Amino acid sequence: MPGSALRLRDLRKAYQDVVAVNGIELDVEAGECFGLLGPNGAGKTTTIEICEGLTKADSGEVGVLGMRWETDADELRQRLGIQLQETQLSEKLTVIETVRLFRSFFRQGPETSAVIAQAQLEEKQNARVGGLSGGQKQRLALACALVGDPDFLFLDEPTTGLDPQARRQLWDLIDQFKLAGRTILLTTHYMDEAQRLCDRVAIMDHGKVIALGTPRELIASLGAEHVVEFSAGEVDVEAVGRLDGVRSVRSENGSVLLQVTELHRAVPALLAELARQGVALTELSTHSATLEDVFVTLTGRHLRDE
Amino acid sequence: MSKTDHPLVQLTLVRFYEFVREPEALFWVFVFPLLLAAGLGIAFRNRPAEVLKIASVAPELTQALRREKLLDVQEFSAAAAQEALRTGKVALLAEAGPGGTVEYVYDDTNPEGRAARLLADRAVQQAAGRADPIAASDQLLREPGSRYIDFLIPGLLGMNLMGSAIWGLGFAIVDARRKKLMKRLIATPMPRQYYLLSFVLSRLVLLVVEVGALVGFGMLAFQVPLRGAVVPFAILCVLGSLSFSALGLLIASRVRTIEAASGLMNVVMMPMWIVSGVFFSAQRFPDVVQPIIKALPLTALIDALRANMLQGASLAQIAPQLGVLGAWMVVCFTLALKLFRWR
Repeated sequence: MPGSALRLRDLRKAYQDVVAVNGIELDVEAGECFGLLGPNGAGKTTTIEICEGLTKADSGEVGVLGMRWETDADELRQRLGIQLQETQLSEKLTVIETVRLFRSFFRQGPETSAVIAQAQLEEKQNARVGGLSGGQKQRLALACALVGDPDFLFLDEPTTGLDPQARRQLWDLIDQFKLAGRTILLTTHYMDEAQRLCDRVAIMDHGKVIALGTPRELIASLGAEHVVEFSAGEVDVEAVGRLDGVRSVRSENGSVLLQVTELHRAVPALLAELARQGVALTELSTHSATLEDVFVTLTGRHLRDE
Repeated sequence: MSKTDHPLVQLTLVRFYEFVREPEALFWVFVFPLLLAAGLGIAFRNRPAEVLKIASVAPELTQALRREKLLDVQEFSAAAAQEALRTGKVALLAEAGPGGTVEYVYDDTNPEGRAARLLADRAVQQAAGRADPIAASDQLLREPGSRYIDFLIPGLLGMNLMGSAIWGLGFAIVDARRKKLMKRLIATPMPRQYYLLSFVLSRLVLLVVEVGALVGFGMLAFQVPLRGAVVPFAILCVLGSLSFSALGLLIASRVRTIEAASGLMNVVMMPMWIVSGVFFSAQRFPDVVQPIIKALPLTALIDALRANMLQGASLAQIAPQLGVLGAWMVVCFTLALKLFRWR
């Protein structure tokens, strides 16, 4: 099912005191897993809720599955699967009752039991929602989004607040939807999540898209695949920045971060330079460049700085 | 897709599960009214020919007074008698006045005091030789329907219908809004009118149980009569419950927090608990405010319930009250739909 799943043009939305979305343009292809990555307050949730038909944009164009909310709301609601950020499902109902309720709203879709199996909640199907763990609740929310066999799945911060194991379990589920060829739009402020799940990512800040591309492209745009972080005494940072293969230098909380192209050449050069300056290393680490580094380079802030 | 998979059926079932799985709600809706009826029924039960306690400070009076079987005469010293009167242990104090006269000390705003005055004086006068010119005899009528418990059960029934409709709808809706569950539901193709309708339907089902429990208890434990026809009674209960559901919906139409909702509900219900004649007749309030009191939905419901249950009033006879309830239902429901906030 090739074609455009989502088309946003010059989307704007302001609340009383803050501009939440400030001229966003996006295209999501059918079958793609697209991520909106950004810190809290970047406008991700407002954007996704406009796409879901829950919030009205002040201006701009929203096309979902080739339809528009103004004219095709009923049809769109049948074809979208939605998981909201903070929904608390009724604690007194059981898992199966909750799924059955949501299933009853859609004219077509899989059997209740099939959805529960898909969300790996068979063992819990007669348990009250109030007694589920955070990961199980999130998988139930996902099950409720799947009951209508949606063409387009919206996931708003699907793993926020979950422990690492529950996150991985949810990621595996999302992987299955990708394999099944569903279109997914998800928001997250975890760069590893976006990197792991998304075919393409839009990095958002202050209501704008500040970078767009595949995770690989975005990281490559740094021009450096590796980040070297070290702590030492009084370092001449400028001299370090002139070293061969170092693309940029930044000091942060008493340590120095270098973006480098070739790790095997940059590290010996760095050690030689520090020896020349006569300062002793107290700490040295390296990692492959991530979307977090992209965000830091673009904004000077971390994703989870609040 | 089977019939039970219809969204309205599912939504109503969910309402039902949520209610039944809340032990506190079950207590307040079903058990509490029964306890209240039992407690008040026992406290205000009609005692066999009530005996009034009075005090006498003169031995010659005591003898005369003791001939009256409806009086329990106790002799006191003057100081102790005053004390007993002040604290309500006796309703009246009889003293010997100068020159063979009698003086009664009592509170004339207290019906017991006035009754004791009549009985005591009759006993004293008859002991002194008064003969009644006209012979009189008593025919005693003690019939269910005129006791306090008969007055109380329709009052409690009305109060219960109001409380369960307003609380049931109000809290559930505000809670769903607060937890963003309502927002999640409107993101699905769920027809929105079904959501509201499910509250009304589950209310009507529970209504049968609620009314049955309270009225059944009154009939079995206290022989409270149900003299009116069943159909007008059922219409009255359903219409009453619908009006209060509409009122509950209106209260919950915009509120986002449980605290604000419960404050609003109390503001709406408290005045009606007091003035609408649940525990005592609404006629006791001044004439000026009677038109306002009569226009309140709880007054209309309770008046009509009493007329139906105790006097066997027909549908035509309770038409004015049905009109009041209907008007409240239409106005509140229309306003609620206009104001309702889905998120």
